[in-house]
Amino acid sequence: MNKPEKKGNRRDFIFTASYTVGAIGIGATIWPLIDQMNPDSSVKALASTEVDISQIEPGKSVTVLWRGKPVFIKRRTQEEIAEAQSVSLDDLPHPEKDQDRVKNPEWLVMLGICTHLGCVPLSDKGEYNGWFCPCHGSHYDTSGRIRKGPAPTNMEIPKYAFINDNTIKIG
Amino acid sequence: MSENYVPSSKFGKWFNDRLPLLTLSKHLTDYPTPKNLNYWWTFGGILTFCLISQIITGIVLGMHYVAHADMAFSSIEHIMRDVNYGWLIRYIHSNGASMFFLAVYIHIFRSLFYGSYRSPREIIWILGMLIYLLMMATAFMGYVLPWGQMSFWGATVITNLFSAIPFVGESIVTWLWGGYSVDNPTLTRFFSLHYLFPFLILGLVVLHIWALHVPGNNNPIGIDIKKPSKDTVPFHPYITIKDLFALLIFMIIFSGFIFFAPNILGHSDNYIEANPLVTPKHIVPEWYLLPFYAILRAVPDKLGGVVLMLGSIFILMALPWLDSSKVRSTVFRPLYKKFFWLLVIDVLALGYVGAMPAEGLYLLIARVGTIYYFAHFLIVLPVLSRIEKTEPVPLSISEPVLGGMLKPEMARSDRKDV
Repeated sequence: MNKPEKKGNRRDFIFTASYTVGAIGIGATIWPLIDQMNPDSSVKALASTEVDISQIEPGKSVTVLWRGKPVFIKRRTQEEIAEAQSVSLDDLPHPEKDQDRVKNPEWLVMLGICTHLGCVPLSDKGEYNGWFCPCHGSHYDTSGRIRKGPAPTNMEIPKYAFINDNTIKIG
Repeated sequence: MSENYVPSSKFGKWFNDRLPLLTLSKHLTDYPTPKNLNYWWTFGGILTFCLISQIITGIVLGMHYVAHADMAFSSIEHIMRDVNYGWLIRYIHSNGASMFFLAVYIHIFRSLFYGSYRSPREIIWILGMLIYLLMMATAFMGYVLPWGQMSFWGATVITNLFSAIPFVGESIVTWLWGGYSVDNPTLTRFFSLHYLFPFLILGLVVLHIWALHVPGNNNPIGIDIKKPSKDTVPFHPYITIKDLFALLIFMIIFSGFIFFAPNILGHSDNYIEANPLVTPKHIVPEWYLLPFYAILRAVPDKLGGVVLMLGSIFILMALPWLDSSKVRSTVFRPLYKKFFWLLVIDVLALGYVGAMPAEGLYLLIARVGTIYYFAHFLIVLPVLSRIEKTEPVPLSISEPVLGGMLKPEMARSDRKDV
């Protein structure tokens, strides 16, 4: 193992070591140039939004901007809740129970962004009475779950909390 | 030849010994060119004009444009209304992009028809494909800069394509955006890159032409010719004047768009300022990206659509190795000629359905078109190039006209008095 098999082993070692150090050095230099494109501190700082929901009638929804993205806050009717809860998980491309997607069944809070390519779906449209994305034709149900079309997953639920009966804090 | 060129003046010789620019210029003027090049070969010159025109108008626009999400849209209107001749310069730039793509598509299909991508010109072809990819990236980012509704949502949809990549997709998209949605950081970086890429294209164009000058031009009958010989003419004045004439015709059409229909190739929604809360009813990319958009939407799976769309471009890079016919030019490949035109129709049809809603008959056409597109390159071309019985190829460009008469019907199609 330690036998010198050919001359120049020490030189080979120096070559390998220099290449390694050089590669690490270049990598460390390039990293700041790549990472500067990631979200900066000012973007990250706009992390949460509080919304007054006292004016929203059943069946209506509002759209608020959070981190540059639309968030749908929908006050669902009893029929819509019943429809969302009665769906069998076998019928869903991305199986999730409605109960797991809401904190209070009356209020559906989710990112209003189609999981296909990021368009904003239209509300009360589509074949499942929920949302319909006009860009590439994805249909979502009253729980914001994907039912038909190219979108791979259900619309995302952001981190949120009820501060009191009339206020939701998103983020 | 030009390698042994000695300038006549004393200063010229002194300079050329230190920097052989005069040798280069002599090489370019004397460059032996096949004498049977037709007008499809003039698009290289036209494309060079397009690139220079885009760079010059772009630099000027950059003096007035403000790359900020709150100001970009109104700075475009400022250019259109207040800046002296701003409307003209912007319309040349925006329509110039379309004309650039029109010319590049003709240039690419010319290459496909006459087998210009075949050995020994593979590197020219691959450099050309890299130029085409950079052109698409540049045009896409340029379209985002006015910060209209189509700019914003086009940027959202295209950057979201990367989210289809398993595991790291979301992080890549956030990195591209510099935030959690398309916003000001996205706009400023797109402006920076939109300014850079044309110069990268320029560099690749130099390599493209350099690689072309090693084997010399292909020609409509696709045979190797001796250079210089009876079959060639010097580039100047024969080709320069022909290129200039074609360029003039091209510029007349170009001017027609600029002065009479400057917005016909754009989308009216882009005159509405970007609004992250409302997606336009119907998002379409610029016309030159429509065939790829149709392929993307033809697949009912996110990752699959993205893979096929990118694959449809990258498959072209493998073309020199997919085609193994002994004959370069499609002129002598009667059966393949039919499939070539079928491919042209296929791409045009994909472009058409790309602009239509993805449903019903349109979706069906998009799917059939996508299947044929891939079948053409992966099945038809490799199989046909091995089994097709090609027609006899002349030994030289002059031969069918001046003697030998290996293919008398070609001589007959020429002028009687020659």
